[in-house]
Amino acid sequence: MSNPIGQAGDRHAMLHPELHAEHDSDAIIRNGQRLDHAEGASRPLHSRPEKQPRGAKIHGRRPVDQAEAAARFIAAPEHEKMHDERLWDLRQKRDREMHGIPEWEELRSLASAIKEHTLTRLDEYLEEFESNARSNGITVHWARDAAEHNRIVHGILNGHGAKSLIKSKSMLTEECGFRAYMASVGIEVIETDLGERIQQLDNEDPSHVVVPAVHKLRTDVAEVFSGTLGTDPGNSDVHYLAEAQRQATRPLILAADAGMTGCNFAVAETGTFVVCTNEGNADLSANVPRLHIASIGIEKIIPRLEHLGVFVRLLSRSALGSPMTQYASHFRGPRAGGEMHVVLVDNGRSERLGLEQFWTSLKCIRCGACMNTCPVYRRSGGLSYGATYSGPIGLIIDPTFNARKYSNLPFASSLNGSCSNVCPVKINIHEQIYAWRRELVKRHEVPLVKKAAMKAAGELLSRPAAYRAAIAAADAALAHLPRFVIYNGLNAWGKHREVPHPPEQTFHSWYQANRGGKS
Amino acid sequence: MRIGLFVPCYIDAFFPEVGIATLELLERFGHEVVYPRDQTCCGQPMANSGFNAECAATEALFVRNFSGFDYVVAPSGSCVHHVRDNFDAIEQTPKVAEVRKRTYEIVEFLHDIEKVEALPWARFPHRVGLHNSCGTLRRLRHAKASELHEPFFSKPLDLLSKVADIEFVTPARPDECCGFGGTFSVFEEVVSTKMGYDKVSDHASAGAEYIVSADTSCLMHQKGCAERIGVQMKFIHIAQILNGASS
Repeated sequence: MSNPIGQAGDRHAMLHPELHAEHDSDAIIRNGQRLDHAEGASRPLHSRPEKQPRGAKIHGRRPVDQAEAAARFIAAPEHEKMHDERLWDLRQKRDREMHGIPEWEELRSLASAIKEHTLTRLDEYLEEFESNARSNGITVHWARDAAEHNRIVHGILNGHGAKSLIKSKSMLTEECGFRAYMASVGIEVIETDLGERIQQLDNEDPSHVVVPAVHKLRTDVAEVFSGTLGTDPGNSDVHYLAEAQRQATRPLILAADAGMTGCNFAVAETGTFVVCTNEGNADLSANVPRLHIASIGIEKIIPRLEHLGVFVRLLSRSALGSPMTQYASHFRGPRAGGEMHVVLVDNGRSERLGLEQFWTSLKCIRCGACMNTCPVYRRSGGLSYGATYSGPIGLIIDPTFNARKYSNLPFASSLNGSCSNVCPVKINIHEQIYAWRRELVKRHEVPLVKKAAMKAAGELLSRPAAYRAAIAAADAALAHLPRFVIYNGLNAWGKHREVPHPPEQTFHSWYQANRGGKS
Repeated sequence: MRIGLFVPCYIDAFFPEVGIATLELLERFGHEVVYPRDQTCCGQPMANSGFNAECAATEALFVRNFSGFDYVVAPSGSCVHHVRDNFDAIEQTPKVAEVRKRTYEIVEFLHDIEKVEALPWARFPHRVGLHNSCGTLRRLRHAKASELHEPFFSKPLDLLSKVADIEFVTPARPDECCGFGGTFSVFEEVVSTKMGYDKVSDHASAGAEYIVSADTSCLMHQKGCAERIGVQMKFIHIAQILNGASS
């Protein structure tokens, strides 16, 4: 066999090239010796697409190790590169849209002010919304937490004998563990957002609030669809995959007993709500079945219809860098012969509203701009956070759900502050990340070894003489220790980068020698 | 003016030339520059990790060392950001408030206070890529950040443009974080170094011979990353160029 690589069905196709180099006439020979390392026989492996790195390992309520999952994502270079470039592209498109709106910063301030105003009078606006929605013929429910939300929706479905539910994307239902709950009570849920459907078929959470499958290569999707929809595993053509999904899902949509949507904005003044999508799938979910249920987080309220324009102008420009979502559908009430239910969900929001340093995180309109711009998120993948919300906004929201489990997340940031600058409602995200670090230390949710290190650093840095001695020792060590002593597994700095070269003398001793007279 | 020179710990230990350049540069403008011998650090490493109580003694020492100067100047944006914006582990007496208010990063001191018009001694015949650290860009507001809709301005470029024969190149992502991030660089070292590799590669693709920055910490990290992946790049602090370094 002259060239076994890449031939489907050949068992050698799975082997690394150097393993069958002895049969390979192209094998590299140098000085009469066959090179026995990978570099010598380097040649791309065509046999298999890169395997999708999976998200954080979840161990009950134990702290999620975001860094570990991020390292696995980076170890899959095709995924990492695609993910970084795709999201950076969204960020650049966002910038272009921003530059087309002279009053952009004014709009952000306005949006922030409207949200802050609303949050400080949330009880009043919620009651106004409820009353007006009821007048429109909508049935309004209140859910204290995720469990109550799921029970209420189950109750409504049971009342109609519904066995299948089509739904559009909603982060709130992710928060509520809604699909798992529905599975446990025997009701079939079909996601109608393409990305969310991919994630559902792969039994994986969304990795991004707007583009839920953005961490997947098309070869990953081909693998998922071949296992679930029966597509050709070797065909990762985007049109082929999308069409196959469409053919498989349309009959389920047409036959569904009930439909569910989330909500982007609920208008108190009119008792109506607005759902923004690019695929029109919320309209399918809401309009095909006779029963429409909308899950609405209580922070989604805006006071008046005239405020909607501010947010609609900001939302899609910030999210995807497009002037508007393809669809911004207003829902006012049930159609003739149908029913419309709204479930207003708290699930920790009231408590968050009471947190002095963190309540403004409730201004979030879930555009994902902070994720797209975040250099850590782009290189880690959303699933590395092991939480419903990933990226910068996740770092400040997730600990409110469980400070212990998400205690590592506020440290998954370089505090660069780009997130706060892109936020369309001006949440001071990076300052809240910093504040969460303090809060977690106060609540003793930070590892003891880190605490010990910081305590020792604090003591050293407050005692000039001891500090001088330590600096001298460090420079001497770096100058004289052999490389293997410096570059070992214990030196996190040196694992993937070189340590600084020690100078002839410190600034301190230079000053002593050259400006000794002064002090 | 009587200026207290703050030389942050890693500059003292690894990059004395940055401290020397800052000292000489301030002296060129006729200031009396004093280096308090008992200085160590501003407390940022602990505070950045959430351990505010643990940096109280260091902050108190900083105030003891730097009280009574007209200005305190440091060649490090992130340290100045800490002193100015987060330095609250100790009681905020008028003396503490005074030190915090008078602490400046070298670029903003030269640009805003000294209002430098010419640097006749400075010549740097090289292609440089400017790295605005996140602390200087988005906290100290050295320059326009790409995320914001506002008129262009850049204090470091204003100063560097007064240097003879200097040539600028612009990387594809000029103000993307390089991944240093203080203790982030060790707690999340894989992501941190990947960001560093991407940053130095971006500058290399743009044709930079040097990456210049007002933050030595970013440069220390980038240098370590460039050396590890074999990217040919030189690194220099902006104070060195402004002080007349030619390479």
